[in-house]
Amino acid sequence: MKNKSSYLSGAGLTKVFGFGRQKTVAVDHVDFDFHEGQVISLVGESGSGKTTLAKMLLGLIKPTEGEVYFQGKKRDISSHKKKKEYWRNIQAIFQDPFSAYNIFRKIDTVLLDCIHMRGGKRLSRAKKTEMMAEACSFVNLKFEELTNKYPFELSGGQQQRLMIARIFLLKPRILLADEPTSMIDACSRATILDMLMQLRDEVGMTVIFITHDMGLAYYVSDSVYIMERGKFVEYGSADDVILRPKETYTKRLINDVPKIYEEWDLSTV
Amino acid sequence: MSSNVILEVKDLTTKYITRFQEDIYAVDHVSLQVEEGKSLGIAGESGCGKSTLALSLMGYYFPPLYYTGGEIIIDGRNISGMDPDDVRKSILGEEIAYIPQSAMNALNPTQKIIHFIEDVFQAHDPYKSKKEIHAFAQESFETLGLPPEVLQKYPVELSGGMKQRTVIAISVLLFPKVLIADEPSSALDVTTQKMVIKMLRNLMENGYIKSMIFITHELPLLYNVTDDIMIMYAGQVVEKAPAKQAVFDPLHPYSRGLMGSIIVPEKGLRDVKLTAIPGVPPNLKNPPDGCRFAERCKYVRAECKVISVPLYDAGDGRVYRCILPEDVLRETFAHEK
Repeated sequence: MKNKSSYLSGAGLTKVFGFGRQKTVAVDHVDFDFHEGQVISLVGESGSGKTTLAKMLLGLIKPTEGEVYFQGKKRDISSHKKKKEYWRNIQAIFQDPFSAYNIFRKIDTVLLDCIHMRGGKRLSRAKKTEMMAEACSFVNLKFEELTNKYPFELSGGQQQRLMIARIFLLKPRILLADEPTSMIDACSRATILDMLMQLRDEVGMTVIFITHDMGLAYYVSDSVYIMERGKFVEYGSADDVILRPKETYTKRLINDVPKIYEEWDLSTV
Repeated sequence: MSSNVILEVKDLTTKYITRFQEDIYAVDHVSLQVEEGKSLGIAGESGCGKSTLALSLMGYYFPPLYYTGGEIIIDGRNISGMDPDDVRKSILGEEIAYIPQSAMNALNPTQKIIHFIEDVFQAHDPYKSKKEIHAFAQESFETLGLPPEVLQKYPVELSGGMKQRTVIAISVLLFPKVLIADEPSSALDVTTQKMVIKMLRNLMENGYIKSMIFITHELPLLYNVTDDIMIMYAGQVVEKAPAKQAVFDPLHPYSRGLMGSIIVPEKGLRDVKLTAIPGVPPNLKNPPDGCRFAERCKYVRAECKVISVPLYDAGDGRVYRCILPEDVLRETFAHEK
């Protein structure tokens, strides 16, 4: 499964919740191979296991079976130190910006944490402020307006952009974006996607999008993986999967998205 | 005013009063009309006043939202300025029904769906017997394509999409004239979303409601659901047009920006660059003089920031708020390509 060019890969990755009659196989022996600098989308309905897979990739939950390979080596996150080291390389943006922040900590602390994590603890206060201001301006926010505020004082779009500012400071190798735009409106969505893509070009990171939005997957990704009940049913380049789908499941998903050039067929549900 | 106008709103203005006693006019002189059998879509960025408009349309105000002026006429009956308690008793549910985004959380987790429905009738039609209520609920659910077994279940036993559809079904049991749906399908995945939309269309066809206002920021969805689309910006209406024209031929620079951010899985999408509108909407604590979009507009002129712009009627049921005449706007857009 692993070869030199693959950056993050998995072999027979499985997660089972519960046991006995309650057993749910959330992710069912999936193999994948993500290359460096690629934009990958994992698309599926709710309950298809995409977030569970994301959590396993992040090391937040332990796979029941199978292995994750990072940079060609077996991933080792057995100790807290190693885990922290791993998280330097992989970071995430989650769906709900409203619950992603610690409500007791100010925005400054959030950003300072990122600088410290990159080993910038000893930098001067002025330098840190400069870095924070740079990160904020990258995402079209003004640091002067944010300093001394709490994250909940911002709108959803602004909070999500602040998340991207964090990523800008952390510069991880892999970014896992779990439905990053589903809670914000279509207009800020374009802005956020733009920023993520810009960030990818700047940092050269691999981006993994987890989404149920076919349009989004088609717009941003190089390759698309379609997930159904814990398995990849179809994968390939974005053009192949979205414009020329082979599986019934993929066809149905695409069919269910409201479109503007083609007729939207309501009789299928 | 023709007789088949179900909802007529004239210059409706409502404000929020913050804890610092600042007035924020979130809905600023909004006028609209919805005819019988028609649906109106409202789109715009978050914070542009879509949801506040929805709340204001119900005539049911509670702090920090206050009514300041304008009229809301539902089928000839003026409900603006009514006492909130009277609105709750005689308007909500009967004249106008409102489905918020998280409607599915409105169900009481300790009650079966049928008991919830009994409560609804108890409040509005106390002389109906339980037997009648059960029969009516059963019949309605069947017509709307929901399995009647749902009635005997608790909310936790239902999936998100089913809960949402149940709430919609309950909200129209009293045959309201207007249904306001505020992002009814945003939290759902595409297949369930489609079911909800199909159901909303069913409501209209089966005569449960007479007209609908649908609020969302998903333009492809609006395009497929509603007859007209209204675009709001900073509490004002900036453009209103039949759906097709609003999406493919917008006049206002802001609507144009919005249409440029549409993402659909269709051929050709990857070749276009999404146009993100730079900047943020103005702070409504002290809205700018002149055009509220001027700060972010690509085609801004010096006079834009001074003259406050009225809505112009461009004919064919479309209005827009820009000082540039239609032909100049079109020329500018064509030039850009």
